[in-house]
Amino acid sequence: MNKDYDTSYDVETPEAIDLSAQVVGPVPRVLAYSIDLAIRLVVLMLLTALFAFLGEAGWGLFMIFSFLFEWFYPVLFEVLRGGQTPGKKMLQIAVVNDDLTPVTWSTSIIRNLLRAVDMLPFAYVLGLVSMTCTQHFQRLGDLAAGSIVVHRRTTSKVFSLPQVKPQPAAMPLTLEDQLAIAGFTRRHDQISESRQQELADILEPLTGKKQREGVYYLQGIGAWLLGKRG
Amino acid sequence: MKQNSFEQKYKQSWDYLEQLLIDKAAVADERYPQYYRELCHQLALAKHRRYSPQLIDYLNDLVTKGHHFFYQHNYRYHFQWLEFLVFDFPNAIRRNWLFVTIAAALFTLPLLVMATACYVNPEFIYSVMDVGSVGSMEAMYGADNEKIGRERGSDTDILMFGHYIQNNIGIGFRTFAGGILYGAGSVFFLVFNGVFIGAVAGHLTQLGFGATFYPFIAGHGSFELTAIVFSGAAGLKLGYALIRPGAYSIKNSLRFAGKDAITIMYGVILMLLIAAFVEAFWSSTTGVPSIVKYVVGGTFWLMHGLYFSYSGRRNGP
Repeated sequence: MNKDYDTSYDVETPEAIDLSAQVVGPVPRVLAYSIDLAIRLVVLMLLTALFAFLGEAGWGLFMIFSFLFEWFYPVLFEVLRGGQTPGKKMLQIAVVNDDLTPVTWSTSIIRNLLRAVDMLPFAYVLGLVSMTCTQHFQRLGDLAAGSIVVHRRTTSKVFSLPQVKPQPAAMPLTLEDQLAIAGFTRRHDQISESRQQELADILEPLTGKKQREGVYYLQGIGAWLLGKRG
Repeated sequence: MKQNSFEQKYKQSWDYLEQLLIDKAAVADERYPQYYRELCHQLALAKHRRYSPQLIDYLNDLVTKGHHFFYQHNYRYHFQWLEFLVFDFPNAIRRNWLFVTIAAALFTLPLLVMATACYVNPEFIYSVMDVGSVGSMEAMYGADNEKIGRERGSDTDILMFGHYIQNNIGIGFRTFAGGILYGAGSVFFLVFNGVFIGAVAGHLTQLGFGATFYPFIAGHGSFELTAIVFSGAAGLKLGYALIRPGAYSIKNSLRFAGKDAITIMYGVILMLLIAAFVEAFWSSTTGVPSIVKYVVGGTFWLMHGLYFSYSGRRNGP
């Protein structure tokens, strides 16, 4: 895959394997931020109502809370809740160190203190510009802290194969072809029936089979490639 | 080995590991490191053998979770805060003495110039403040005002504590953060605060309100002014890392600078918290004679000098 326009981010771990993660672009991050902003505003409004009864001391406490909310709301969530503020959790994204280890206090505090600059001159323009100019969508705070935001995908472990008769391919297949057909077979319950037929029809000149027949034929080859016999 | 047999063979151990991570029981399980390394090996094999992307995605996901667990921060060491206070913070300040000196100059020189100007020329204050603000400031520290600062009950002390925390720590944070703009933001905030504080001090002295103003700021001045200078120094360090990355890539240079900068910022947060506390609950008290306040303030300055000169010297610069 071409790393120049791919969003996958690879790190070599001490176990000498490459871990990969998908970095998050500006749009989900803006959405996550908006959700967090809404939550903060609502809580602050409730606090205003509560502390208003306590007179001047109440306002003092309110100012302390709003200070903590302004600067440390993301920090606390990111460090204590696996890199996810409520907004990030909803969008299934998370902050991690750029070696893909969990975010630490220092990392999180730097990236969140530098929000003060990322939000300049208004509405996070500087942060957005920085995100679109850097390879891994990092705003200035991320750059200084050495953090990235990645997708937390939920992968399924259902290794099921379609109920077809496995058969070897009639023609030699390159490695890329084999991968494509094996992947196609594996995703038999994720792609809609009509889309599967559409895809299989592309190969009609080679397989000589149409629609459902073509799908079964390809799945048979895929099952064979994946090691199913009989 | 075909993919199917591979999956059959290891599925059980994957299930086991997954459950271990969900239960967060891996800490207690001594075999966890072994399982984890085996899993890493299996991922490498699966990639090498070009198994289907779905399997590789699944394994990658499981390894990532295991990796997070394996390399999480060790919180069992409880005396980090002590080590920070005795060694890390003062050493970080000394290691970056050049930035601290520059930041101090950027803050102090405008302060002195502005103070002198406002002392000599009573009208000069209006070049940085509007009439209303000057009026309320004069009323606050007026010589005829029995209570120094503002007239207060304990409720008001808490109110002002909140205000100082929000305002002063916020200023410290912005002074630091501005450093990422090639240092320009830090320079701006240092000079701006210097000018402002200098103007107020010079103007009040010229009006003869010094007797109320100086005892008020004596207590918290050492914490607050030093902390502002330090946060500026931390910001300048970031800016310098961008301007002159040396042998590193800009990204790495910025990260290395960030390490010292965040150490300094931890200290700054602590100092500004103390400053807010002192300012709200001590500086404003009226029952204490001025001389006591000067002595206390002087002691604080002396403590700062000793602490940043000598604490943790054995292990660092």
